[in-house]
Amino acid sequence: MAKKKENIRNFSIIAHIDHGKSTLADRLLELTDSVAKRDMSAQILDDMDLERERGITIKAHAVKLNYKAKDGEEYELNLIDTPGHVDFNYEVSRSLAACEGAILIIDASQGIEAQTLANTYLALDHDLELVPVINKIDLPAAEPDRVASEVEEIIGLDCSVAPRVSAKTGENVAQVLERIVADIPAPPVAEDNAPLKALIFDSVYDNYKGVIVYVRVVQGTLKAGETMKMMATGAEFNVVEVGYMRATGLEPCKELSAGEVGYITASIKTVRDAKVGDTVTKLQNLASEPLPGYRKVNPMVFCGVYPADGADYEALRDALEKLQLNDASLSYEPETSGALGFGFRCGFLGLLHLEIIQERLEREYNLDLVTTVPSVVYKIHLTDGETVEIDNPTNYPEQAKIDYCEEPITNAHIYAPSDYVGTIMDLCQDRRGVFKDMKYITTDRVDIHYELPLNEIIYDFFDALKSRTRGYASFDYEIFEYRRSSLQKVDVLLNGDVIDALSFIIHSDKAMGRARKIAEKLKEHIPRQMFEIPIQVAIGSKVIARETVKAMRKDVLAKCYGGDITRKKKLLEKQKEGKKRMRQFGTVEVPQEAFMAVLKLDDNN
Amino acid sequence: MIMTGIYIHIPFCKAKCPYCDFYSFRPEEKEKDSYLKAVLLCLEEYKAMITDEVDTIYFGGGTPSFFGGERIREVISHIRNNYRLKNAEITVECNPSSVDEKLVKSLKNAGVNRISMGMQSAVTKERKALGRVSDGEKVKECVELFKKHGIDNISLDLMLGVPYQTPESLDKSINFLLSCDIKHISAYMLKLEEDTAFYDMQENLSLPDEDTVCDLYLQTVERLRDEGFLQYEVSNFAKEGYESRHNLKYWHCEEYLGIGPSAHSFLNGRRFYFPRDFESFINSPTPVPDGDGGNEEEYIMLALRLNEGLQNKEFKSRFKKDISRNVFKKAEIFANQGLLTLSEESIALNEKGFLLSNTIISELLEGVD
Repeated sequence: MAKKKENIRNFSIIAHIDHGKSTLADRLLELTDSVAKRDMSAQILDDMDLERERGITIKAHAVKLNYKAKDGEEYELNLIDTPGHVDFNYEVSRSLAACEGAILIIDASQGIEAQTLANTYLALDHDLELVPVINKIDLPAAEPDRVASEVEEIIGLDCSVAPRVSAKTGENVAQVLERIVADIPAPPVAEDNAPLKALIFDSVYDNYKGVIVYVRVVQGTLKAGETMKMMATGAEFNVVEVGYMRATGLEPCKELSAGEVGYITASIKTVRDAKVGDTVTKLQNLASEPLPGYRKVNPMVFCGVYPADGADYEALRDALEKLQLNDASLSYEPETSGALGFGFRCGFLGLLHLEIIQERLEREYNLDLVTTVPSVVYKIHLTDGETVEIDNPTNYPEQAKIDYCEEPITNAHIYAPSDYVGTIMDLCQDRRGVFKDMKYITTDRVDIHYELPLNEIIYDFFDALKSRTRGYASFDYEIFEYRRSSLQKVDVLLNGDVIDALSFIIHSDKAMGRARKIAEKLKEHIPRQMFEIPIQVAIGSKVIARETVKAMRKDVLAKCYGGDITRKKKLLEKQKEGKKRMRQFGTVEVPQEAFMAVLKLDDNN
Repeated sequence: MIMTGIYIHIPFCKAKCPYCDFYSFRPEEKEKDSYLKAVLLCLEEYKAMITDEVDTIYFGGGTPSFFGGERIREVISHIRNNYRLKNAEITVECNPSSVDEKLVKSLKNAGVNRISMGMQSAVTKERKALGRVSDGEKVKECVELFKKHGIDNISLDLMLGVPYQTPESLDKSINFLLSCDIKHISAYMLKLEEDTAFYDMQENLSLPDEDTVCDLYLQTVERLRDEGFLQYEVSNFAKEGYESRHNLKYWHCEEYLGIGPSAHSFLNGRRFYFPRDFESFINSPTPVPDGDGGNEEEYIMLALRLNEGLQNKEFKSRFKKDISRNVFKKAEIFANQGLLTLSEESIALNEKGFLLSNTIISELLEGVD
């Protein structure tokens, strides 16, 4: 069958978290008979357990749907699902670059949220045609009319024909397909014989096929047996297979051509060789220019990741290696800590990314981990004129050698009911925020704009925001500059020994408060031992907070009557096990819980 | 000369004390009789296993006095007739509420020569919290009664760290104990055991804090020492020559036969016990093996509970080798902390060390080759 390029529609679905992106995607799959009903597990596109549980999409997914529209024409719809979180903004942006349009889902009860707007702007940056869809009309609190006018007012999108659907029940979802066909343009006409340019918008690692590269072909063609070349990395590969992504699996085809969305396999060993945003071309007919927009994604947040049991070091390395096959934005390198032994310094796109990797390591690889306090990347200007970038407190230079420091600052937008303005502003102020402006989205919802240091955000900001606004606030940020700041490295000493894993870099105004809390927390969680343990928190040699864990005087004395010796023995064994769960820090034994409590320390406890 | 001890568990109580997790229940009268029968049968069955002389018998519980003097007499005379009983210390645990002249007389006639009674506290508020029905005076009356009939080797129990207890109230209890003019005192700390009423209500018990409990213990040791009661084990104090010979068998890692549900035995190098199940003991007592006993670790663990401590001489005569030097090496740290006395030939915990005995013993045991 001759391909009718004007019947191709490439689109994404964008939405704020939990507004029903994945559920709507599932309904579209059903309606186009892309997957048998009996094979539908809820949210088929979110195939990691973690994605389903958290209701977020971590990796982009793509799927080709065939749809016979009311006009009698057969259409080929390429749905490119995107991760919904700011940490993965770059991936979202690449996915959008592969499309001509996007469905914008808005929750009929919640209206516009932080990521609704953030994603909208991203889509508009890529000149995408937006199709608004108002979802969750089945909810009792749904106000589709109000939300429609909100969208018209704030985003300026005409909602007169916007489908009002319930992705959950399937009501009106068919209208969405019609709008895709009618409103989203076909891919621009391009020459099949022009040099190949295909945008990589995602890649996944498969144990059998190696890396599967997801591409949008902008011009030219590609088939098996040809040699492809990655324009940014220069790597060359022999194409093994090309084809389309179907809901039920991969479907090989003879050739991918301009306008199409598909996959390539070429025995590529790691996703590092197939970076999102790179342009694929052909060795036989090289494109002169890559497609615009590739940039290297740099980790923003770093922390040490250590196996709780030192014997698991190898296992942790293997696990990180495997995760990285699939996630090029994860970086890691070996690191040693006096307190925690051998581990890795890992770099993440953001806090969510960090949490997700940590959870996957623990769940999928069954590892028990200790992570150190996350750090951002600081620029330290030394008196000798040199500038160093520091993401690990251990490498922080001596105070005397530092001329000045800079820290990353974000533009942060918080969307919330106006009732919470006061409490949100208190929080931002407390986190060294600089107020920029505040806009009323509707009469009772506001967009509060602050400049916030990233190191304040990674320190439990989101949890604090949620608890202060009972979960009604949404939040979005992006780094925009490095700014001069007064920073200090703070050390924790137990019985006189610096516990390197507990050191952190902090703004000097906040050092004292945090130091006190840490000292208290440690005192609370370190059990009394055979000797008194001084806890000191210090900047350089100056102690700014101290507590003492008194020496232990007694442990559990078992009666030893009636000749039950076994019971006594068991008690001693228990004593030994308890010791095993402790980590030796110099002379002091600290239970894992104490360590976690300090790292999880937030404003509320 | 190897001597064996016999322990008879009496799993009966009038009422369950809220802190106690020993195996006992309130019996019907006929259950006491069927229990007597079962005990005698069991003694009959095990006599072949004990060829050594028996020099201690201990009736523990539960409340042996609640079992009745006549039944106790029958058990003792059965042992007398079937075992090589010699110069025996025969102890019966008693609860003041079940002691009367008739009981005292029959115990005396049966040959009982040592009595252990639970006083726990002499302070009414504390006694009530512990579920003790009688007051302190009743304890004293019982002591007098036993003495009147010629049993003067009497031990009283004192509990430390009980609800409402303070250094002052403890002093009152100790004064009361001393006024009873007895030979032996067991002072043990309240430990919250699972499946007891105290365990479930621990939040509401007004228990003294850990530091206070330590102070109470040290106060007891010091006061009793001043009054001529020598500490010989973590929780036990005696006038000279009145140490409990039966209990010392446990700590000296010597052998004993234990009869009754929940009773433990150490015979011919093997440990075993009868399950905490009255019915099964009545119908067919089935011992549960509990592994080999009397190895080096066990010996050291038990010896370190005693004031005389771990003696290389004794160890050597038993195991034909010296105690590992690593054990002594590990002990040095604790000696420096003032928790034990160390010499070339012995390691002996002091009262501060006893408070930390789990930590110290488990650490020292790591030095065993």
